[in-house]
Amino acid sequence: MIQFVVHDENDSVGVVVVEGVSAGDELTGWIMDQDKEIQFKATSDIPIGHKLAIKPLKEGDTVIKYGVDIGRVVSDINVGEHAHVHNIKTKRW
Amino acid sequence: MTIDLNNATFLGFRRENGRVGVRNHVIILPVDDLSNAACEAVANNIKGAMAIPHPYGRLQFGEDLELHFRTLIGTGANPNVAAVVVIGIEEGWTKRVVDGIAATGKPVTGFGIELHGDHDTIMRASKVAKEYVQWASEKQRETAPLSDLWVSTKCGESDTTSGCGSNPTVGNAFDKMYDKGVTLLFGETSEITGGEHLVAERCRDDAVRERFMFMFDRYQDMINRFKTSDLSESQPTKGNIAGGLTTIEEKALGNIQKIGKKCLVDGVLDKAEMPDKPGLWFMDSSSAAAEMVTLCAAAGYVVHFFPTGQGNIIGNPILPVIKLCANPRTVRTMAEHVDVDVSGLLRKEMTPDEAGDALLEMMLRTANGRLTASESLGHREFVLTRLYESA
Repeated sequence: MIQFVVHDENDSVGVVVVEGVSAGDELTGWIMDQDKEIQFKATSDIPIGHKLAIKPLKEGDTVIKYGVDIGRVVSDINVGEHAHVHNIKTKRW
Repeated sequence: MTIDLNNATFLGFRRENGRVGVRNHVIILPVDDLSNAACEAVANNIKGAMAIPHPYGRLQFGEDLELHFRTLIGTGANPNVAAVVVIGIEEGWTKRVVDGIAATGKPVTGFGIELHGDHDTIMRASKVAKEYVQWASEKQRETAPLSDLWVSTKCGESDTTSGCGSNPTVGNAFDKMYDKGVTLLFGETSEITGGEHLVAERCRDDAVRERFMFMFDRYQDMINRFKTSDLSESQPTKGNIAGGLTTIEEKALGNIQKIGKKCLVDGVLDKAEMPDKPGLWFMDSSSAAAEMVTLCAAAGYVVHFFPTGQGNIIGNPILPVIKLCANPRTVRTMAEHVDVDVSGLLRKEMTPDEAGDALLEMMLRTANGRLTASESLGHREFVLTRLYESA
């Protein structure tokens, strides 16, 4: 059973696609472009549709999704942690 | 089920100018806000006629006025419309809209309210609307090739499942239709921010690329002129953020999945402009759902693909809006709004090809006459794009 999907293996985040993911859950992810499976432990509760970090991200780092820049990290994000507006911001506007 | 598009046909209404519609509406179209009441009264008198009220049309000028006329004329000219009654407060601008629609050859009559009042106008317009409704009711659907179909797309209340599920499904369907001579459209200029280089790479030639970047930069300049923040909660919307989208760049990269992997951008249109050949067109447009879909209808499109994540419920008076969704929670909680459920994609229970075919099948059924969820629920959002204040 897939709990999260990743677009490309070089991405820094994946997307939770099931409801009810809680801190401590072991998650199976599907990397769509390379059709591979990966495992991660969630370190926070993550709602459906929200992202988890699959690489450690430091303040100032660029977040990669679809293999492309989607913004900058504004506070460190650990692997398995909820990645959203509280720790990522746009580089535009 | 696999769809063979090589010999695909649909049953549509061939209009006087050769275009083929998939609906047979008789519309009562106000030129301005003041004429909404008369239009609604006529539609109430004549069963089968539909009023399309809106709040604008007074003291507009310049480019904004041109866009107003282009949108109203395009709406009346759309092949999903059989005949039109136009009502305005005065006869001059009313005639301008009537003449624009009449160029298609379809029946259209205009009425100015001044010197007559609502009662007399409603009576005379109702008599014409009755003739039109009865005339249109005898029109028969006929078989038309797939290349007679014009298909537009715009997503709304997107979330991260849009980028991995429902938007790539539209892209798969667009790729399959592209070399079959279908006329395709996408837009949402602000919602390409962060992925503009990817769209530019897909433009057919330098001239198209320059025109695309001109439209993109023009919209960015407008945002930079008026913004008071990083636009968070507007673009991405609060619903987008609730659904897990964090930045405009992330939203944009999901958005442009709708143009698939193969098709090239063949041309660029300003708002409500009509394409003059098949292929994939980019139209400069707002990313607000009803504004953009209204512009698609005005540009002559007859079927619309609308992927949603969190559950945008939009419809349009004349353009059937087919909703598809990959978010299993939305499919469960808002089932009545969803025409095509592609949530299986995210569980690996459905391939992108199967999802694209499911959408194409629904497109053909819709073209043949099946009412979409938004049509059956009565969603008729008709929202005119304004460029600036009235004089």
